[in-house]
Amino acid sequence: MSTATDTIEQLATQEYKYGFETLIEADTFPPGLSEDVVRAISARKREPEWMLEWRLKALKAWTGMTEPTWPNVHYPAPKFQEISYFSAPKNQKKLESLDEVDPEILATFAKLGIPLNEQKLLSGVAVDAVFDSVSVATTFKKKLGELGIIFCSFSEAVENHPELVRKYVGSVVPHTDNFYAALNTAVFSDGSFVYVPKGVRCPMELSTYFRINAKGTGQFERTLIIADEGAYVSYLEGCTAPMRDEHQLHAAVVELVALDGATIKYSTVQNWYPGDKDGKGGIFNFVTKRGKAMKDAKITWTQVETGSAITWKYPSCLLVGDNAVGEFYSVAVVNNHQQADTGTKMVHLGKNTRSTIVSKGISAGVGQNSYRGLVKIAKGATGSRNYTQCDSLLIGDRCGAHTFPYIEVKNTTSTVEHEASTSKIGEDQIFYLRQRGLATEDAVNMIVNGFCKEVFRELPMEFAVEAQKLLGVSLEGSVG
Amino acid sequence: MLQITNLQARVEDKPILKGINLTVKPGEVHAIMGPNGSGKSTLAGVLAGKGEYEVTGGEVTFDGKDLLDLDPEERAREGLFLAFQYPVEIPGVSNSYFLKAALNAVRKHRGEAEVDAIEFMKLVKAKMKVLEMDPAFLGRSVNQGFSGGEKKRNEIFQMAVLEPRLALLDETDSGLDIDALQVVSKGVNALRSPERATIVVTHYQRLLNYIVPDFVHVLANGRIIRSGGKELALELEAKGYGWLDQGAA
Repeated sequence: MSTATDTIEQLATQEYKYGFETLIEADTFPPGLSEDVVRAISARKREPEWMLEWRLKALKAWTGMTEPTWPNVHYPAPKFQEISYFSAPKNQKKLESLDEVDPEILATFAKLGIPLNEQKLLSGVAVDAVFDSVSVATTFKKKLGELGIIFCSFSEAVENHPELVRKYVGSVVPHTDNFYAALNTAVFSDGSFVYVPKGVRCPMELSTYFRINAKGTGQFERTLIIADEGAYVSYLEGCTAPMRDEHQLHAAVVELVALDGATIKYSTVQNWYPGDKDGKGGIFNFVTKRGKAMKDAKITWTQVETGSAITWKYPSCLLVGDNAVGEFYSVAVVNNHQQADTGTKMVHLGKNTRSTIVSKGISAGVGQNSYRGLVKIAKGATGSRNYTQCDSLLIGDRCGAHTFPYIEVKNTTSTVEHEASTSKIGEDQIFYLRQRGLATEDAVNMIVNGFCKEVFRELPMEFAVEAQKLLGVSLEGSVG
Repeated sequence: MLQITNLQARVEDKPILKGINLTVKPGEVHAIMGPNGSGKSTLAGVLAGKGEYEVTGGEVTFDGKDLLDLDPEERAREGLFLAFQYPVEIPGVSNSYFLKAALNAVRKHRGEAEVDAIEFMKLVKAKMKVLEMDPAFLGRSVNQGFSGGEKKRNEIFQMAVLEPRLALLDETDSGLDIDALQVVSKGVNALRSPERATIVVTHYQRLLNYIVPDFVHVLANGRIIRSGGKELALELEAKGYGWLDQGAA
């Protein structure tokens, strides 16, 4: 993709015409990226010097990088100088009632069974006093605070817990890691921060609250979750409600640190706007997610990816300590013109480390779905095991499923198993269910949900129910 | 209840059914026999609405409704049940989940209240007893990893739960040992009533020792060439199909 390289070169040579002084005043930065832009973002957020230094190092690294072209996805290269890298958080124009919201969106809310008050929040309608999200959040935070758990925005963490942020940020995904991680590091706006102290089990899913507050999701998000020794936390990201966003490019970074004996469960439901039926519009979702598991620690990634025009995402585990466990459970759906290249990396470094990969890819329309996974077992990771199961389901005959497994084993005492299957939703399966009285769409839903069962059971209960419905909505009209 | 008049159907360009006439009244059991390739399974498939068959002529009414005008799921909800010759596997979907969804789809159509999990279990357990089934079966995926006999038993179990007005059994006896055959027949007979009818499609007379038909029809080359009482099956058993076939060809 030479255009991408051209863009980068232009970027490196071109002078940004807005100075630092202008930027610091502006509500929204004019498009373009330069050192001044990065300095201005950092200044606006009143960040300490070390944070700015780190951002600048990332910018420098990014300027020398080229956009990755190895994923099995095709799209016009984003024009990085045409993106605005900072908008001051501003209040959305409040609507008076749900009557003013796009009926199509309301119909989807109804299908997903989203409560009325949440519908209002998600679509920017003023909410009555009874349902005050601020007070919900406050009660929630108080409860967590009593246990010493920190759950706040990334910016707040930089301000209030700089020592923790400084120690761990970039420790799992370095600023030089890849093109989009470097870009994110240079310009990230905000994100989430979690710290669970030694031996503490976080008593609630960090979720319901989060969904309500996720309306201002940024383009370049940064998430850092630290579970100290023996701690446990389950974190839910995303929302089943369809999310539209004016930004086309999303490049988030998520870092998980599970210290000795800790457990982190990270669940995602991603339903960004996928573009229309002809493939126009839609979000480019280029995400770097990685966790580091120390001795006896465990990291579980569970994802349900139904949205975005292009998805490029490999939630990974570095199994550093002995006996560490990494798990990846994924459902990725592409319909119409969507393309997904997703999978995981399991890097076994410690002895007797174990990893499990269960990937379910569903392709419909003319969608293209690729599983890409790396299982790497280092020389010292003796007695390690990996089990990979990678299943693809095709709906119709114009879509595609692709599998790219990479396996590297450097010792003789480890075991790696890989199972893969590709199947098509059979006319005979659909007919069988219809003969028992089920409508075609219910039949397809039932078959698809059965196919994804092993992943859904890893999701927290209420999320699993929503995810099932979401699958149905995403595949609507895929069978004629 | 079921009135088939001059029914013709083909698969791709090949005519299979060449003018079937058949009347089934409530309470009756009809057996349709015939050599391989005579169109027995096609007839069952056409009645259930399987997409690969194209109806090229004739008509079928079911309780006064134009059956051929209904979608497969509407036929099912109207009370037509097909016990498949080759039941399909649905991985990851438990038998109980599937069957409860099916039962409620049918009940909803009839204007009855949907059953909840407790009522459903009560109903299902009673039916399982008749068919000598292990309750653990409910948690297993639909037909996945089932033996041939288990699949057939599952078909009859579903039929017992859904209580159709008209049951079509497509070669339900194939692949069954004698014990399974008896159990399956018990299940079918338990459902016999003056309001319901059954069409048994079979190659062999054996099944008809257990499910005794009121009428036997011989299908050859897409037509019913002979109809009679249960003794016709015995005659066929003794003489083979060749004896009738010549006249039809």
